[in-house]
Amino acid sequence: MLALESIKTQVEQAIPGAKLEIVKNDAPSAQHSLLVNNTSGLAVAKYLRDEPSWRFDYASNVTGVDWPELELTEKIKVKKVVDGVEKEVEEVKKTVRPGYLETVYHLYSMELKHGPLIIRLRTENRTDKVHLPSLTPVWRGAEFQEREIFDLYGIVFDGHPDLRRILMWDGFKDFPMRKDYAEPDDYEYEPTPHDEVLDKAKQHYPAGA
Amino acid sequence: MDEGLRSELQKQGVFTTTLEDLYNWGRKNSVWPLGFGLACCAIEMIAASMSRWDLARFGAEVFRPSPRQADLMIVAGTVTKKMAPQVVRLYNQMPEPKYVIAMGACAISGGPFKQGYNVLKGIDRFIPVDVHIPGCPPRPEALLHAFMTLQEKIDQQQLTGEGRARHLNADQPSEFPVPEFGEHDLQPPNNPAVWKAPVLKR
Repeated sequence: MLALESIKTQVEQAIPGAKLEIVKNDAPSAQHSLLVNNTSGLAVAKYLRDEPSWRFDYASNVTGVDWPELELTEKIKVKKVVDGVEKEVEEVKKTVRPGYLETVYHLYSMELKHGPLIIRLRTENRTDKVHLPSLTPVWRGAEFQEREIFDLYGIVFDGHPDLRRILMWDGFKDFPMRKDYAEPDDYEYEPTPHDEVLDKAKQHYPAGA
Repeated sequence: MDEGLRSELQKQGVFTTTLEDLYNWGRKNSVWPLGFGLACCAIEMIAASMSRWDLARFGAEVFRPSPRQADLMIVAGTVTKKMAPQVVRLYNQMPEPKYVIAMGACAISGGPFKQGYNVLKGIDRFIPVDVHIPGCPPRPEALLHAFMTLQEKIDQQQLTGEGRARHLNADQPSEFPVPEFGEHDLQPPNNPAVWKAPVLKR
């Protein structure tokens, strides 16, 4: 595992305006990643590829993640005066984490034989501000994968040489990998339905059945 | 002609037949498939045509590269919604008489990818299928069995009368509408003239 702290400080020193944040992964794999701010995404990528001590010359995988709006509940202890007596009362505090879309790049160095370094870029929201810088000019292999993310998640990559849908047809309007994607209702024939499919198939059962 | 009389005559060295039998016998033993595969089932289809299983025994070794020369379409593999219009168009381009074998779980129902956003739940929603083969993928033996089933079906086809074969009935369609790409799904999502959802007893 690479020392993310030192990469973070080096990048922030080398590129003015770059803001990196370490995203912890609590799973046993402990693959922590670096969250890069959008505006300096391209510069950071160029630096990581060209800097002699890092030389991340290979983007092995690019993928997207959809983070819908999430309501977080938190229990906090608050001191309150109840009937003239000060008491500690538990209160439920609700906060809403706004939704966003994310791209994840897995970088390796063929030359120095190290990696992976995982960097993330996040959009501002899931509806209208879904632009991210394309890293295809830095790693050519990201071209089709960014097209796939554009196709399935709806992230628009600025600076991509040929941003078209790749799996779905051009006139298709939805983004199938988003959590709130509603697929067309073609559940009229389900011989062995179960779980969610059962609920959808039941809509098609003849009345009285 | 009476079957008993015919076999009795055959024993005496007199061979009789009907035009229907002769015509169907010729057709069923020279079914040329369209050389086209969509996924892993195509590998089994190729294996079936090679020496170990030898589809040539049934007169079907000539996989044609053009739909204009083919009699049989083996839909071997997952039909994605993006591919479906092309499959229907290829079928339309084949000359009558033409037959379809839907090979494998995907081609008959969508298979393991049924709930996917881009998978057609069976090619029989758009074109008439003569033989369905289950399996994922079906072994070459299953394809051979389907092929023999198709041969039997061809053998049973009548040349005249009400129940005559489709290609001899001018009222029956030979081409089927090609679905268009819509904003959310294929338009139409299925062809009601070809496919109706089976009613299941629950």
